[in-house]
Amino acid sequence: MSKEKQSFEASLKELEQIVKALESGDLPLEEAVKKYEEGIKFSQHCQNLLKEAESVLTKMMKNGEETDFELNNNEE
Amino acid sequence: MERKALTVTALTRYIKYKFDHDKHLEDVLLKGEISNFKRNVRGHFYFTLKDDNAQISVVMFASKARRVQFMPKEGMNVLLRGNISVYEVSGSYQLYADTMEEVGLGNLYQAYLQLKEQLEKQGLFDESHKKPLPRFPRQIAVLTSATGAAVRDIIHIINRRYPLCTLLIYPTTVQGEQAKHMIVENLQAADQNPDNDLIILGRGGGSIEDLWAFNEEIVARAIYETKLPVIAAVGHETDFTIADFVADKRAPTPSGAAEIAVPDQHVLLRDLHNHQTRLHDRLNQILTDKHRQVRQLAERYVLKEPARLLHTAEQRLDDLMHRLQMRHPEKQLVDGKETLRKTRTELHRAFTRVQELKQQKLENLENRLMSLDPRRIVDQGYILGKKDGRIIKSIHEVAPGDTLELELKDGQLETKVIDKKKKEHPYE
Repeated sequence: MSKEKQSFEASLKELEQIVKALESGDLPLEEAVKKYEEGIKFSQHCQNLLKEAESVLTKMMKNGEETDFELNNNEE
Repeated sequence: MERKALTVTALTRYIKYKFDHDKHLEDVLLKGEISNFKRNVRGHFYFTLKDDNAQISVVMFASKARRVQFMPKEGMNVLLRGNISVYEVSGSYQLYADTMEEVGLGNLYQAYLQLKEQLEKQGLFDESHKKPLPRFPRQIAVLTSATGAAVRDIIHIINRRYPLCTLLIYPTTVQGEQAKHMIVENLQAADQNPDNDLIILGRGGGSIEDLWAFNEEIVARAIYETKLPVIAAVGHETDFTIADFVADKRAPTPSGAAEIAVPDQHVLLRDLHNHQTRLHDRLNQILTDKHRQVRQLAERYVLKEPARLLHTAEQRLDDLMHRLQMRHPEKQLVDGKETLRKTRTELHRAFTRVQELKQQKLENLENRLMSLDPRRIVDQGYILGKKDGRIIKSIHEVAPGDTLELELKDGQLETKVIDKKKKEHPYE
């Protein structure tokens, strides 16, 4: 599975599990280092997702179809 | 005895104390008609509430007056809630009002209370039915007016907190006769869209009439039936509608709903850093542990005195060598030589015996042979004839005239053959 395409939620979950595994298990050194590197990768991936998300995508239902949504600030 | 006179202030304070500590007067619901209404520059309301037989002064301070959804007018029938106290300066008691409703809407309020009680009994508000909100919604359905402040607030807040998610606005009429049907329709549509993870149902503040669609039974049941979690955010903080009670989560305002709906990216980033720190710390800890383990092992005496390991090994080696020597070829050779020597001795002995036997046999033969020596025959009186040194055995070996030597016991004779006669039946 490509880590680049994983969602924020999935990556964070992976990260949380890795932290848990590393903290609770008596892992062999090589495995611990491997887990550590994976964890850092997931963490960075999550951070990148947040940094790269510029603004929330907003759509609108119109006659049963999704259309672009333009906020009309002059209303009200 | 001279009685001590009270001051007016002291008396008034005493009366005020009596009012303030009367439990019947601290929370009063009062119905009456507005008269002599005044609104001062700071927004406070001053008026008299009266019925056919009595009247009372009313004060409603600006902080409370702001929440009244209509403009009070002379002669209007209203329902007030507040407490009775004394205004010392003028020596008058008055109602300090907290809320004001038009009595005409009192029927609506009554209907609201009745429906609320009925639905509560049917379990529509039960905590056990409330669905948990997704931690990281990917798409949120927003059911509200597409043009109001509510939608703008929601977009703004979610943009700031969690720009990773998508908003899908379902433009919904939230006020008027058709509002309830549209709300139900959009709730169902949003619930059936598999991309949605969560529904926000909201509208800004308004009068009880404005918010009425959110008190309709079909709306309450539609919210109850949705599979997706619903956050209700209707009106202001103080407005509670039936929708708020049925929803899985109630937010005080549309902005509040947006804050409940998504995590804050700043908190998330902090959490991520936290996780990283924990990973760092844990790995460091593991490394330290391993270092210590290595150090501890290095201090074990077998490693400090490796000779001890050799001692054991040497002993073992000795043992093995000994066992090996028992099977060494040289040892086997020695054994073989011994066997060979023994065999050889036996062979020799046997050989000697055979030799002895042969010797004996030979001697016997010699004896026999010696007994056959022609000289011995001569010794016994026989004559041995020879021609040219050779013993003759047949008359054919000689011819008349040949010279023969005859050997006798005591000497030799030289003779001449005169004749020879062949035996008729020579025996053989």
